[in-house]
Amino acid sequence: MIYDIVILGGGPAGLSAAVQAKKDGVENILILERDRELGGILNQCIHNGFGLHTFNEELTGPEYAARYIKQVVDLGIPYLLDTMVLDMTDHGETKIIHVINEESGYMTIETRSAILTMGCRERTSGAIGIPGYRPSGVFTAGTAQRFINMEGYMPGKEVVILGSGDIGLIMARRMTLEGAHVNAVCELMPYSNGLVRNIVQCLNDYDIPLKLSHTITFIHGKDRIEGVTVAQVDDKLKVIPGTDEFIPCDTLLLSVGLIPENEITVNAGVEMDNRTNGSIVGELRQTTMPGVFACGNVVHVHDLVDFVSEEAVLAGKGAAKYVKGTLDTNVTFTTANGDGIGYVVPQQVAMKNVEENVTFYMRVRQVFENKVVNAYIGDQLIATKKEKKLLPAEMVNFKIAKEVLEKYPAGEIRFVVEEAQK
Amino acid sequence: MYDIAIIGAGIAGSYIARELSRYQLDIVLLDGENDVGNQITMANSAIIHAGFDAPSYKLKGKFNAVGNIMYEKVCDDLDVPFKRCGSLVVAHDEYEMATIHELYQNGLKNGVPGLRILFREEVHAMEPNLNEDICGALYAPSAGIVSPFELCANVAENAIDNGVTLKLNHMVTAIDKDDDCFKITTSAGNIEAKFVINAAGLFADDIYALVGDPYFKLLARKGNYFIFDKDAGSLVNNVIFPCPSKNGKGILVSPTVHGNLLIGPDAAPVEKGDISTTGDRLDYIKANALKNCPTLPFKKIIRSYAGLRNTPVADTYTTTDGDFILEESPVKGFINVAGYESPGLSSIPAVAHYVVEEIVKPLIPDIEVNHDFNPKIRPHVRFTELSDEERAEIIKKDPKYGKVICRCETITEGEILDVIHRNAGARTVKSVKKRCRAGMGRCQGGFCSPRVVEILARELNCSLDEIMYDQQDSAYILAGETKSAKEEA
Amino acid sequence: MKKELTCITCPMGCQLTVVDKNDDGNFEVTGNTCKRGPKYAINELTNPTRVIPTTVVVRNGMLPRLPVKTAEPIPKGQIFEAMKAINQVVVDAPVKIGDVVIENLLGLGINVVSTKNMDRC
Repeated sequence: MIYDIVILGGGPAGLSAAVQAKKDGVENILILERDRELGGILNQCIHNGFGLHTFNEELTGPEYAARYIKQVVDLGIPYLLDTMVLDMTDHGETKIIHVINEESGYMTIETRSAILTMGCRERTSGAIGIPGYRPSGVFTAGTAQRFINMEGYMPGKEVVILGSGDIGLIMARRMTLEGAHVNAVCELMPYSNGLVRNIVQCLNDYDIPLKLSHTITFIHGKDRIEGVTVAQVDDKLKVIPGTDEFIPCDTLLLSVGLIPENEITVNAGVEMDNRTNGSIVGELRQTTMPGVFACGNVVHVHDLVDFVSEEAVLAGKGAAKYVKGTLDTNVTFTTANGDGIGYVVPQQVAMKNVEENVTFYMRVRQVFENKVVNAYIGDQLIATKKEKKLLPAEMVNFKIAKEVLEKYPAGEIRFVVEEAQK
Repeated sequence: MYDIAIIGAGIAGSYIARELSRYQLDIVLLDGENDVGNQITMANSAIIHAGFDAPSYKLKGKFNAVGNIMYEKVCDDLDVPFKRCGSLVVAHDEYEMATIHELYQNGLKNGVPGLRILFREEVHAMEPNLNEDICGALYAPSAGIVSPFELCANVAENAIDNGVTLKLNHMVTAIDKDDDCFKITTSAGNIEAKFVINAAGLFADDIYALVGDPYFKLLARKGNYFIFDKDAGSLVNNVIFPCPSKNGKGILVSPTVHGNLLIGPDAAPVEKGDISTTGDRLDYIKANALKNCPTLPFKKIIRSYAGLRNTPVADTYTTTDGDFILEESPVKGFINVAGYESPGLSSIPAVAHYVVEEIVKPLIPDIEVNHDFNPKIRPHVRFTELSDEERAEIIKKDPKYGKVICRCETITEGEILDVIHRNAGARTVKSVKKRCRAGMGRCQGGFCSPRVVEILARELNCSLDEIMYDQQDSAYILAGETKSAKEEA
Repeated sequence: MKKELTCITCPMGCQLTVVDKNDDGNFEVTGNTCKRGPKYAINELTNPTRVIPTTVVVRNGMLPRLPVKTAEPIPKGQIFEAMKAINQVVVDAPVKIGDVVIENLLGLGINVVSTKNMDRC
């Protein structure tokens, strides 16, 4: 049999996309999940703060996941667990997905359309290459989170955290609650990479110092980590001599960024964007390969799962349109990141597919106060979004109405951070 | 009492043990670490040199090219990834070209096959990503790349298959000679043997000092390395050496046998055991690697590490010409395999044969051949290398091959179980990584290490917090269960 | 009295300023973008509370730990006391989301509830 839509990943993006596609009338959907249960990374994110936008209440990760899992089950959407996708190949009208699992062994699954929702992974100590030893006791924050929340084991008792990404902040509190002592969170940049609420709730509540403009210059301990040397950096991120300080610890957690996991995407031949490390996508998250869609953290790293679910709705709609043959493929606009903006998603817009408006997701490159994000087509200012504060950690959602965009036949929509007009 | 005790289960000790198991001897292989090949063997350039560097009068010159030629058969028997990718020593000017010509002549003397001097166009046709000002190179098609830790694990496994006893976590602390018997005190009990082979790597001088008057001294020289993601693995096809200087072979750029890219090493004298990476040295390596390979994508680095070389040095009591020390020492029956630095890995098949046939055999006149010796190990299943049909078949036979544990390298649970349950099997997260690459990929074990810990705990029938990353007892991964207050209550 | 604090009711993280001119509990809150801000600020100054998400030991479940949370925010000062009580609990799978794991935690009238469906296995 040939599926209409196969979804690669049963995390928040995959579940939301599946639900939407089913609601839009697509019958033959299959979700492939490599873990032992649906829900993806949410299963280890036991903290609260999910769902404020989507459900207007504060849920924990597993609770948020459960709401979507229930919808998937209630809608009768089939899924395979413990199933790893090895590869996806393009055969024009259909895609062939090569998977393995213990029960059925090696299988190929043919589908008209695929939605890529593989999520992201953590940047590692290897990638940032801290000088010193390579002992045990150095964990990415997410690995430590899995050990504590799912396996019930403590990585250690005296902790230093490098990087102030959200998982690192969450883990500072989590380890404290479980009886560990968190000495410090060091952040290379002069601002945090985590949400403000997490700094308040996870660090300030427990008197954990956040050392901005600090980095780790040496890892001590041949077998198990015994401490780190921490030093201050200047505005060029170079270590300031004489500022080093030894902090003893038995555990170093790294929260130094997330990278979309696109091995399958790249191998399949989908066109990528090196700003997001994700695929180039359109307004309904169509990639450059007809029939292949992508959404969630595999496209760009989100800070809130609510926006992942929201984006996945678009991909679900898009794939449903594709299956029914109503997806327009004529790109009207491309998008570009101007001054102050790191990336923009979607990178393309096909206006015929747009319902009421297009939400452009973007991240600023640095902290801005009392500035606006302006959208231009050519020299023409088409829309403005005011923000009291723009932080790299917090994704900007810039909604532009269809009737505004419709005034222009084609072109490039460029987003820039500018002074607010008086 | 054992016939022979070998101290040190690095590549030298393990390989010699395996060659000795061709004879009917009672052999024990001792190591202070909890895995074989856990020091110098683990962190080096992983290159099987062609053999044109060392002068022909030295043991290094004598054994390198011979050892190199033996590698196909060795790696076929022992199921070790090996690729004869070739090497280039590149020259930027006419002075360096003069050195290239000297190396060429020396290579001919050492019996290196296929050596050729390439002109500018040939070099750039062969390696389009090299610096444009490179004007020529020495091409050695016989140079290769190997997985040194897999080689060591598999050669140790094969030695055990053929009757050798492996004792890990046995740190030698004293040796007494009593008539024809060596009494070896270790951290885990005493061992007696008629003969001792000292293959203790960096600590071979310290081991020898337990039994005889020092006549050689070893210096640790540290080399830092970077490993790049497989995305960057095809930047070069050959091992790219700069023109050597009096400081050594210089910073090389090399593909690895698993498809990554490696750059390094520098060389700095350090205390034995100092394998910390050093910030300014890493910058030095990057700068020097760029001279030959200007488009190195440093964003793609997935790991940096440092390894040690064991270089013989002269001091008040000893002299050295920097060569391997392969001989029966002044203490009768005690054989030193020392100063065994580069090209030690490349030479080992030839050196092990030499040690067994020319040094050990004359000491044991009634030695008998072990007719049951099997040079081959049971082949590994490498899931990524299988065809679709083979994949389907192996999962049908053993469903554990249908469960991917390391997603970056696509390593299945079946492969991990296999390396745990073989002879010289994996007991730590790092030893799993060395043998089957789970955790070697771009996420560096972020995803799979909790799962590998779980598998090890299940298979070794212990709790998760008893699983070590590396060293016994000190390199623990987990510090006990959460909610432990409850269990005490 | 004048105090600066960051609102954590939602991810916006508004910088709030609270002024109590006559120190008589008549708080004036500025800097908020929604009506939850003043409520949070006053609460934070008079009786700060937090929801505690954590785990308890679970037997015969798919995993050895079950995620739980306090059904309502509890006083900030009692977090570690609460953790002690929660750490004593052992539950048996199966458990459903919302199942009460501890009734009336520390006499606060607040329950600790499961946040995950955990099948027996």
